[in-house]
Amino acid sequence: MSLLRLIDLLRERLPMVVRVGLAVLAALILADVVPGLVHKEHAHTVAEHVSGFWAAFGLIGCLALVVIAKTLGRLGVSTREDYYDE
Amino acid sequence: MSSPWIHPALVMLAGGLVLPALPRRLRKVWLLLVPVLAFGLVLTMARGTFGEVTFLKWTLTFGRVDALSLVFAHIMSLMCIIGTLFGLHVEEPGQHVAAWVYVAGSLGAIFAGDLLTLFLFWEVMAFSSVFLIWFRRTPASTAAGFRYLLVHVAGGLALLAGIVLHVKATGSTAFVLFDVHQLTPAGWFILAGFLLNAAVPPLHAWLPDAYPAGTFNGAVFLSAFTTKTAVYALCRGFAGMELLVVLGVIMSLYGVVYAIIENDVRRLFAYHIVSQVGYMVAGVGIGTALAVNGACAHAFAHILYKGLLFMGGGTVLHMTGETRMSALGGLYKKMPWAFLFTLIGGLSISAFPFFSGFVSKSMIVQAGFDEHLLWAGFLLNLAAIGTFYCNGLKVPYFVWFGRNHCQPAAWERAKDPPWNMLAAMGATAFLCVFIGCYTPYLYRMLPYPDAAQAYHPYTSYHVSETLQILLFTALAFFVLVRLRKIEPHAGINLDLDWFYRLGGRAFLWLARRPVQSADRGVGQVYRLGGLVPLMKSAGLVGLFDNRVIDGAVDGLAAAVRGVGRRLRFAQRGALQENLTLVFAVAAILLLAFLVFFRVSAP
Repeated sequence: MSLLRLIDLLRERLPMVVRVGLAVLAALILADVVPGLVHKEHAHTVAEHVSGFWAAFGLIGCLALVVIAKTLGRLGVSTREDYYDE
Repeated sequence: MSSPWIHPALVMLAGGLVLPALPRRLRKVWLLLVPVLAFGLVLTMARGTFGEVTFLKWTLTFGRVDALSLVFAHIMSLMCIIGTLFGLHVEEPGQHVAAWVYVAGSLGAIFAGDLLTLFLFWEVMAFSSVFLIWFRRTPASTAAGFRYLLVHVAGGLALLAGIVLHVKATGSTAFVLFDVHQLTPAGWFILAGFLLNAAVPPLHAWLPDAYPAGTFNGAVFLSAFTTKTAVYALCRGFAGMELLVVLGVIMSLYGVVYAIIENDVRRLFAYHIVSQVGYMVAGVGIGTALAVNGACAHAFAHILYKGLLFMGGGTVLHMTGETRMSALGGLYKKMPWAFLFTLIGGLSISAFPFFSGFVSKSMIVQAGFDEHLLWAGFLLNLAAIGTFYCNGLKVPYFVWFGRNHCQPAAWERAKDPPWNMLAAMGATAFLCVFIGCYTPYLYRMLPYPDAAQAYHPYTSYHVSETLQILLFTALAFFVLVRLRKIEPHAGINLDLDWFYRLGGRAFLWLARRPVQSADRGVGQVYRLGGLVPLMKSAGLVGLFDNRVIDGAVDGLAAAVRGVGRRLRFAQRGALQENLTLVFAVAAILLLAFLVFFRVSAP
């Protein structure tokens, strides 16, 4: 099956896939830094004019959400699978 | 109009009625034909008011056809085709009939022009959809179905109470925008009924409790119809109500936080219904033309990508018998196409550029920023992070890659699903990409065409903003995977259904312990204080009894035995069947009462 072969191909070249991914991230920030590439008149607040604002928002926001959710779980929300079984 | 107006719900109901009587081979054709016919009716429907029926002193309007009802009817009837195709190989006609009656309920509520008709179809939805859970036929799904029904009956009663109060106060049954700035008690009751069906916390726990308990294809229907019909009703009745912005933002984050720690794939998706409907509720609350357009567009896009995700989850369940991530992993080798389609659903819900969510969700966020609701805009963007984390990264990674936790039997069984399931997923995946790339298809249907035409999602800023948020979320995810911080592990998470699940148990305990022991105590007292004198008097009575009473009693006993024998055939202890029967009888009694009321009213 060709789709399976494609996935396997990408997995065999994982270091390269990771490098490409990191390059895309760098390119995103670069596009945000170079003036004139991204038209910031659509920005809603002053903070958004800082280069890489949404990148930081994504990275920190994700870590914060995971920490909040896991803390909530540890506070008693998460429990064993047979909790409701009588 | 030259041709008569035909209600698409009527087509679904009639189609469902005929289905069980058809021979097996013909059924497959019928299953494809009827939903396509209903979809065709919606596509070619002229706008206006149709199907007005005078009932008692009220006018019931079955067909209010305008832009708002059409966009919802379009996607509902389209989803019916996809959902039916997905379950085409299911042989039991009852399952298809339940799904179609459910769709009919949704279409009926959407086209309803008055509150009474709305209520009628609202209840049809509740009582038909529960069978999509019961047909799973596991003890857990039977119990979940009863809880689902219990909650929806409560919501339906709130809606009915609101309607009765509203009609009494205003004398009008028309379903139009309520005065959202000075809501009457009647309005609050109706709003509560809508909010329950939209799964707004704290009235949401029924959804992640019941949907994952549904059949593999029933959950696809469930994910689409109830909550989005409620979004339609909110658009119609409560646009511009500020409270909804707050509730919407809360639910968008609530669903995300629970989904992050969820282990069951389908329950995770269910929590993301709560989260995504939060965007729509917030959009309705903002209430501007762009925001209401956004709520409708997002409901449209959501039904497709959420259906696709539930098809992905349903496929995993159908082909492996398992949906817990702690017992899955590495499945790309066995079911690569299911992986690809689920990933497309994940990218669409995450609002990746060129996928459907990107052109719909952004309208709501943009409208929030436009109205200077900065907190709402930022928090909705925060929820978008959790959305991508769960649907675009966590599920695809831990089900199809990651470490293989599959039981040998599940691994042996696993493979890509039958053609009809793949076709349904493929068509939906295509639509998700199509909507994301060719915006006029969706935008032309929205209730405010000017605002839709003026909105352009593909600005350099919006694309850059979205890609930064999502790709750096991906970076955080893979760092966490590398650090082994987010391995799935077995377990469940307690939600607000805890109160009524344990509340029910407390009631049972009360019935078993104090009530039963009181009963036993009374029995004891009776035996000691009552039995001895009774025995004495019994001797005297016996004489009288032997002569006079026996003759009469014998006749009575024979009569009772006869009735009992007949009743035994009807009463087999199947609670679900009995409930259906009870509701049918109640409906008949209600109708009889109404007719009598008309006769006796001056």
